[in-house]
Amino acid sequence: MKPLTFTLHQRPEQRLDLSSLVPHFLVGKTAAQIERIELQTTRVRVDVAEIFRLRMGDAEYLRIEGASDRFDRVGEGMTAGEIVVEGDVGIRAGRMMRGGRLTVHGTAGPWAASGMKAGVIEIFGTVADCLGGPLAGEMAGMRGGTVVVRGRAGERAGDRMRRGTIIIEGEAGSYAGSRMIAGTLIVGRKAGPLPGFLMKRGTIVLGAGCSAISPTFVDCGQHELLGMRLLAGFIDGYSKRGASLLRRPLQRLAGDMAVRGNGEILIGNRN
Amino acid sequence: MPAVTVKGVRIDDTFAEAFGMRATAVIVTADSARWARQAALTMTGFATSVIGCGCEAGIDRELGPRQTPDGRPGVRVLMFAVSTAELQKQLQARVAQCVLTSPGSACYAALEGEEKLKLGNALRYFGDGWQISKRFGAKHFWRIPVMDGEFVCEATTGLTKKAVGGGNLIMLGRTPKATLAAAEAAAAAIAKVPDAIAPFPGGIVRSGSKVGCKYKGAAASTNDAFCPTLRGAVKTSLDADTGSVLEIVIDGLTSDAVAAAMRAGIAAILKLGPKRGVARISAGNYGGKLGPHHYHLKDLVP
Repeated sequence: MKPLTFTLHQRPEQRLDLSSLVPHFLVGKTAAQIERIELQTTRVRVDVAEIFRLRMGDAEYLRIEGASDRFDRVGEGMTAGEIVVEGDVGIRAGRMMRGGRLTVHGTAGPWAASGMKAGVIEIFGTVADCLGGPLAGEMAGMRGGTVVVRGRAGERAGDRMRRGTIIIEGEAGSYAGSRMIAGTLIVGRKAGPLPGFLMKRGTIVLGAGCSAISPTFVDCGQHELLGMRLLAGFIDGYSKRGASLLRRPLQRLAGDMAVRGNGEILIGNRN
Repeated sequence: MPAVTVKGVRIDDTFAEAFGMRATAVIVTADSARWARQAALTMTGFATSVIGCGCEAGIDRELGPRQTPDGRPGVRVLMFAVSTAELQKQLQARVAQCVLTSPGSACYAALEGEEKLKLGNALRYFGDGWQISKRFGAKHFWRIPVMDGEFVCEATTGLTKKAVGGGNLIMLGRTPKATLAAAEAAAAAIAKVPDAIAPFPGGIVRSGSKVGCKYKGAAASTNDAFCPTLRGAVKTSLDADTGSVLEIVIDGLTSDAVAAAMRAGIAAILKLGPKRGVARISAGNYGGKLGPHHYHLKDLVP
């Protein structure tokens, strides 16, 4: 299958909105039509032809080569198909995704996977703050789907997450899983202070603990949980590291007792 | 009635008459095969006939760790009933009382279907507010805290309306011992057929019934035409040398599964032969007027 490929000419002079470059919007369009799609975020008009060299292919499979951290909203609202990005992306990558797969071979800016409902996002580099989190004024963050981050995540990963699974193979910043409503957040290595801050329900798994835990979490002892074993089977195809963590005994902390208290933080002994 | 004889065993020119049923399937797992089997046996223990048990259920097959969702040994259980409502009621009660209570157990869906029956969605209230919902991809599970850890249960399981209940084989032998040997061989062969169960004890029933009874309130009564001790007193269906009759009743998720199970049973009886087993095979029906599924024995001879 030959992908529809966008190759960067040079670093853009302004931040660009790439939310139009998604399979369901491009299917059926000619090269000329695609090249006229506007990407600017300022009053200076910029279209696809000015930024990219376009090679036509199957629009269900998009490839963005030489990407830049000025590429915002990559894969936003995507419903099906696949986008592969060779390089970094800016803010809101994969926001409100409803299906398909987004792969970023680089780093991602804040609010990646924000409000995502379904599909898979894989980021090989690090991600900035608020992974899967809501924008200001929104009631919930991520609502479904699977996110895999091979590197590190910034602060408030999984903030107000309602459903779905986030796997961070590296470290996570402070307040991981803050205000979680439900869902599963797995951090392979150490997390920053106060994970699960004000979480109502949901599961946070920390492979190597965290620098400080809120006193509003209560120790429930060490357990081998069948539910985590089941989860391990599910995520094994996404992250072997994450799956192996779940197959071992985990220290269970219930909380956040400052709110509803039906959530849990499970801590492994990986150092 | 005319019959064919294969390997010395007479096969009546008759048919088994079966009925459409509602069915579902679940996988029960545990830390060991022993406890998975124990939970499944308890769940299916009093489930021989819809007449008195509400449903018919049995173990379809045992599963290895690689065949179950949680990587532990398991058992696939099939359950049949005459209505969706009754099936839901029986499923809920039996999983709650027999699987949830069994040490280390978990319960998962084992049938795809457009329509669903509640499984964990019905049992989650046992968690008293501490139950945890988990969605992994398209799957939805409930984690319910219990005294040995947590009971994991899939939210729903599939329902099929294409199931068939009442396939049967009747084995007529000279002695109880030889007839039981044939029935055991047939039941063992049927147990290996996927998507089909024989719900009676060990797969075998010795109290075949007819419709109706001289006493009020009893819908069924002993099948006197097949009782050796009544040979001279009633219009019998037995041969002069018949000393014992046993039956195997078969339920399947599909009509093909029932036919395959009957074929396997007949093959096993024929393999045993008339000297060690039975000299005649028949089947039960109601004249073909009640059940839409007819399994003619002559079509099932291997």
